[in-house]
Amino acid sequence: MSLLSVERLDVRHGQLQAVRSISFEVQEGETLALVGANGAGKTTLLRAIAGAHRPAGGRILLDGADVTEVPAYRRVAQGIALVPEGRRLFPGMTVEENLLVARANGRPGPWTIDRVLEAFPMLRARFKAKAGNLSGGEQQATAIGRALVTNPRILLLDEVSLGLAPIAVERVYQCLETLISGGATILLVEQDLGRALRVATRVACMLEGSVVLEGPAAALTREQVTEAYFGLKRGTEQSQPA
Amino acid sequence: MIWVNQIVQGILLGGYYALIACGLSFMFGVMRIINLAHGDLAVLAAFLVWSIVGYTGMSPFLALAIVLPVMGGLGWLMQRVMLERSLRAGMLVPLLTTFGLGIVIQNLLFAYYGADTRSLAPAIGDLAFDSWSLGSQIYISHLAGLIFLVAVLLLGGLQLLLARTPLGRAIRATAEDPDTAELVGINSRAVYAAAAAIAVMTVAVGGTFLGMRATFGPYAGPTQLIFAFEAVVIGGLGSMWGTLFGGIVLGVAQNIGAQIAPNGFLIAGHAVFLLVLGVRLASGSAIARGRIRALLGRSP
Repeated sequence: MSLLSVERLDVRHGQLQAVRSISFEVQEGETLALVGANGAGKTTLLRAIAGAHRPAGGRILLDGADVTEVPAYRRVAQGIALVPEGRRLFPGMTVEENLLVARANGRPGPWTIDRVLEAFPMLRARFKAKAGNLSGGEQQATAIGRALVTNPRILLLDEVSLGLAPIAVERVYQCLETLISGGATILLVEQDLGRALRVATRVACMLEGSVVLEGPAAALTREQVTEAYFGLKRGTEQSQPA
Repeated sequence: MIWVNQIVQGILLGGYYALIACGLSFMFGVMRIINLAHGDLAVLAAFLVWSIVGYTGMSPFLALAIVLPVMGGLGWLMQRVMLERSLRAGMLVPLLTTFGLGIVIQNLLFAYYGADTRSLAPAIGDLAFDSWSLGSQIYISHLAGLIFLVAVLLLGGLQLLLARTPLGRAIRATAEDPDTAELVGINSRAVYAAAAAIAVMTVAVGGTFLGMRATFGPYAGPTQLIFAFEAVVIGGLGSMWGTLFGGIVLGVAQNIGAQIAPNGFLIAGHAVFLLVLGVRLASGSAIARGRIRALLGRSP
């Protein structure tokens, strides 16, 4: 059974249908990268899976159990953690407090605050600093750490490289690759196609709220994804449905 | 010597203002709600304590222990039934709903207890008038000293709760970003309701001491609200120690004002309040950020 399955999910922002009847599955230990242009519905999809946005239709199953109606805060305890776009730390609280507040509500497991500091050594020096005063890279590390200490079964990462200096992106991705090789299950939204293809097991490309291309990262070429990304051949060539 | 005395009495009076303001400050810090029913809730608690004391003859302090959970439950209910809904419509709507709640409380109290003013002072015996003397000219009332001590303990306790406990961290996280708080596993509705319950329980403590040190009637709430509000604003909204400081500044200003001119008590208090607000307004950053919150001095 797949760890996460999304079945015919519809998500709306008022009149706008941001996610149109999307279905896909994520297996245990796999990394699925969602790519797509701005406004394709990636963030909305991730927020719906995390429970921050109520879907208008469809189902979300975590390890076979229907969590569609479960509020966001209880999904954390069941093993879904989202690193939101823009990091969204609690700026007036220290790095330590940001981690502690998440640790209090997560699942028991191997990820402790000490282990986060091992994985992101740059946080050690800033442990007692207000999260609002950190650099972008440090904030992103804290945000990922904050999700990890809840010991998620599936980690949702939304645009972790957005707004970061190239060197900070490199560091964040080094840590992610360690996570991935350690067997973590990750659903990743990434604008940088090269990176997405490199770290992911599978790639799904979204366009206007639908998945227009999905396949193993190794089997897809940059060109195929780029075409799907911009919708260049829509209508002439049948895309592979999920 | 008379000036020293006025300052000492002002500091003690400030402790009372801080005690009354504590719940107002806590509620704004967490929920961004300026609770205009605050003073009326304090008076309601005072009436409840007065009733229990009247029926059973027990000490008002014991009666307060009974009233505390009742007021806590009321705070929880108020959040769930009223404030939660009005908060969804923006920051201004809770002002209206709590204003309305204040009027309802005043008139229910009037309908049930009538227009008589009451006091808990007869029920606390010597505590109502005993004092310590410092030198020949300065006397410190036992009750005022007790109130100051309770204010320090309560505000310090709340500060400690916010800074050191899991519940406190959850409250602060929810205050900063309720959406993201949900994403790290915090039930923000429950946290809000718990914070409202705590806030209204502190109001009950303030109301009881109001009843012990002075008299109160069904319509005494708004006056309490004004002093509490001034103390909170002077000290910076949402900061517990700031509220204690604000209360003391207000109390000292009022007493010095009264020493200068017989009718200077209220004027000096309001003047200091306006001065602090004016300085914050003029300090530019508040205007640049364009936020009422910044005007009221809450650090981001």
